[in-house]
Amino acid sequence: MDTAVQLVVLTLAAATPLLLAALGELVTERSGVLNLGVEGMMLTGAVCAFIACVKTGSPWLGVAAGAVAGAGLAAIFGVLVLTLTANQVASGLALSLFGVGLSAFAGLDYVSAVVDGIRPLAIPGLTTLPVVGPLLFGQNPLVYVALVLLVAIQWMLHRTHAGLVVRAVGESPESADAIGYNVLAIRYGCVLFGGACAGVAGAYLSLAYTPMWSENMTAGRGWIALALVVFATWKPWRVLAGAVLFGGVTLAQFQAQAAGVDVEPQLLAMLPYVATIVVLAIISRNPMLILRNAPASLGRPFRPDR
Amino acid sequence: MIRRILPAAAVAAAALLALPSLAQAPAKAPLKIGFVYVSPLGDAGWTAQHDMGRREMEKALAGKVVTQYVENVPEGPDAERVIRELAQAGNQLIFTTSFGYMNPTLKVAAQFPNVHFEHATGYKTAPNVGIYNARYYEGRYLAGMVAGRMTKTNVAGYVAAFPIPEVVMGINAFARGMRAVNPKAEVKVVWTSSWYDPGKERQAADTLISQGADVLTHHTDSTAVVQAAEAKKVYAIAYHSDMAKYGPHAQLTAVTHHWGDYYTKRAEAQLAGTWKPDNVWGGIKDGFVSLAPFNPVVPKDVQDAVNKAKADMVAGKLAAFAGPIKDNEGKERLPAGKTLTDDELNKMNYYVEGVQGKVPAGK
Amino acid sequence: MLRFEARPAPSRLATLLSPLIATLATVVAGVVLFAALGHAPLRALAAFFVQPLATRYGVGEWVLKASPLALIAVGLAAGYRANVWNIGAEGQLTVGAIAAGGLALAFDGTTSPLLLPAMFVAGAAGGMAWAAIPALLRTRFRASEILTSLMLVYIASLWLQLLVHGAWRDPEGFNFPQSKLFGAAALLPVIVPDTRVNAAVLLTLAVVAAAWVFMQRRHAGFEMRVAGLAPAAANYAGIPESQTVWRGMLIGGACAGLAGVGEIAGPIGQLMPSVSPGYGFTAIIVAFVGRLNPLGIVFASLLMSLLYLGGEAAQLTLALPSAVSGLFQGTLLFFLLAADVFIHYRLVRVRAVPAGAA
Repeated sequence: MDTAVQLVVLTLAAATPLLLAALGELVTERSGVLNLGVEGMMLTGAVCAFIACVKTGSPWLGVAAGAVAGAGLAAIFGVLVLTLTANQVASGLALSLFGVGLSAFAGLDYVSAVVDGIRPLAIPGLTTLPVVGPLLFGQNPLVYVALVLLVAIQWMLHRTHAGLVVRAVGESPESADAIGYNVLAIRYGCVLFGGACAGVAGAYLSLAYTPMWSENMTAGRGWIALALVVFATWKPWRVLAGAVLFGGVTLAQFQAQAAGVDVEPQLLAMLPYVATIVVLAIISRNPMLILRNAPASLGRPFRPDR
Repeated sequence: MIRRILPAAAVAAAALLALPSLAQAPAKAPLKIGFVYVSPLGDAGWTAQHDMGRREMEKALAGKVVTQYVENVPEGPDAERVIRELAQAGNQLIFTTSFGYMNPTLKVAAQFPNVHFEHATGYKTAPNVGIYNARYYEGRYLAGMVAGRMTKTNVAGYVAAFPIPEVVMGINAFARGMRAVNPKAEVKVVWTSSWYDPGKERQAADTLISQGADVLTHHTDSTAVVQAAEAKKVYAIAYHSDMAKYGPHAQLTAVTHHWGDYYTKRAEAQLAGTWKPDNVWGGIKDGFVSLAPFNPVVPKDVQDAVNKAKADMVAGKLAAFAGPIKDNEGKERLPAGKTLTDDELNKMNYYVEGVQGKVPAGK
Repeated sequence: MLRFEARPAPSRLATLLSPLIATLATVVAGVVLFAALGHAPLRALAAFFVQPLATRYGVGEWVLKASPLALIAVGLAAGYRANVWNIGAEGQLTVGAIAAGGLALAFDGTTSPLLLPAMFVAGAAGGMAWAAIPALLRTRFRASEILTSLMLVYIASLWLQLLVHGAWRDPEGFNFPQSKLFGAAALLPVIVPDTRVNAAVLLTLAVVAAAWVFMQRRHAGFEMRVAGLAPAAANYAGIPESQTVWRGMLIGGACAGLAGVGEIAGPIGQLMPSVSPGYGFTAIIVAFVGRLNPLGIVFASLLMSLLYLGGEAAQLTLALPSAVSGLFQGTLLFFLLAADVFIHYRLVRVRAVPAGAA
């Protein structure tokens, strides 16, 4: 029982950066904009969060700085693809390249700094309770932030007027424009939100999960987050399922290794990727699932002619 | 930033432009030495230690040498170009510090017979290519002794990247060190299939802790394992660099790499015109490998025992792989009274007693 | 007040001018960036753009590095024009290298001139096989090729590692993860003395030329473009979507596989745990900066190649950290992409509109 609880906690901890980044990207894509620069925004968020934490001593100011930095990078992307209608795929990839360079550059003086970071909760009397203690009261605070964000986005997208507008803009910017919504402003908002989420995901890595800064420390998690949005067929709760699947299978293969399972480690390391593909294939068999959810205008530029 | 770049930049710029002021400098131009690094410099890890060696050499031979480096050079077609450019730029001695640079180094060396090359961790030499490496396993053995005495669960966790001989040797030496002081000790190994991925290393460390390991060590390039140990309140033995500041409570000691003396010696040989290709495999005795200061939680008697073992190693009285050696399936690999030769060490593809599992691809 | 207004037709002048505008903006940005870092800006720019090409060897390296980028990008562009989003060229390259490398190792010691062509066939087949997986999953299960092709990159890379750490490891190599060096019959001849430029560059040129002809003239090229512009219309006109997907993926996979062969039979000469410094991903940028046009792609690949060489040169001569190179490369791409706006839009001055009239 104890081991099972521990596994859940570890899986959530591993899934959180994927969840945060993918949720932000989901909102961006729901508004019809494809931003492939998640990796770059995560790294920039990670380094800025770390620097802010070193400078101010406050990890939460660090998280805020990470969010602002992620949004800042997203703003560059926004100007390119929204105002200047540049190609979204290429701009996103360029943003990743830029973010990798920018973060490495900004962090040069901070590679040797050490921060205390954000520790998992430890509430006297509660965290030590059997089973529910570690599950409900023993996670890293940012894990709760990610879960709250998940619920909030699910609710916002599907239960509020604002969500309806975002989805309408993603489905048919022309119609939304005709009704009188400012498509570009709404898309800017969603792009910035996506960047902020990626920034917080980076902050989770540099302040909570592995409190440090070193170049490229996200090691490709931004790309996995992008894939998870597709995996989730643009539905928030499925992002959680995907992140847990990916993080969980990675952990499971480590568990198998530590238990002495005699399989080549590279074969085991393939498992998270294989599992994601297989599950995606299975859920995609129902054609209506994907067709209903993929934002129809995804990746297409829009310029109001008014 | 500026602090890091300026010395090298100023020198490089001056050399490049041959500024008039340089004409008044000593008549003999300083020796140019180049370095190729596989990853960004960073603060801790493989490349950080090589760069520390470079700076130590610069300091020891101030005025006599200038250095250049190119960081983050992938092992592949780019390596050959970078090495060649360093040779073209007038570097007389070039250190290539990753295994994958072996064949590119040889190719460039053939084109620049008057330039001397030193390749770390490889096995091919040429008239102008020497090789050097360190007996990391000696440090691992001593670290294993610390772990063996400090563990309460008798399980150590080992986060490793790839099953190359150097890593397998380290795992085995660590297990032998543990077993030398604690016959019940076991080592669990988890492979991350990546030299550098802090998140994955953290996950692997968490996994090992959840399966009962209370001392962790690693053969990967980030500080994540030490940090995981610190967060989960278990012990850790760092690798490559002293990572005490990342795990002030967790880190018992670290197996550290030191290249400064070697680089200085080779540069001196080059300056004196006595450089010859060599095959150097230096250990504790030669100062290539060392242990970081002990954490105060390590009891005095343990520290003394390890220090004595270290002295014995230096004196040649103790070897990490002295017979009898049994593998973890009970088969005797080496009878008592013998020591594994370098060749046998390099071909090691089995785990010794005390390590769980099997060496991947070990046939 | 200034605003963009759509042009009735794409401007030819702007098409030609936009790279110039981007270059100018980059130079200005570069001057500011390098000056802020305390480097003589012009020397830094020279290090980036001039110094790498100062020697014959340097020019050779420039072409050598551009070649796989162009080859892969041309293949990807065929898919992208038809809205087939293959982002897994890196994996297809890797499997192409595995297939060709396996052949080279199996026939080690042969002197047959057929080995090299056979390796290219195997490489193309390997790349296509790897690309066929996302194509199959997309056409049979409607699984997005964006996700599957990306995930397959990681799987391919682990597969290559598995091989060079195990079965295909050089038996003389002290268990180090590398294959044997290939024999002479498995290596591409160098075609320009004193450089590393090999015959794979000719293959790239041939593929680029073929792609150009194919896009412009052939019916299939037209079909693919229609399918990209208006999938519904294409379907209506009797061009099945699945055929478009298969074609787009397989062309991309074949080109990436060929590029993989060019690397292992060219500058690398053996199998290593990694056979590409991310060419498959960089080629995506190349494809778009080249506007999905074969000729544009050639220029874009040369530009990207120069940026990488320039980054190294800047490290060498100015001790500029590699991070600054990344920063500068990203900035240039931004300007290049942004300048495209002038092709389809023009900047017009409008009088302030009274509130409420919009």
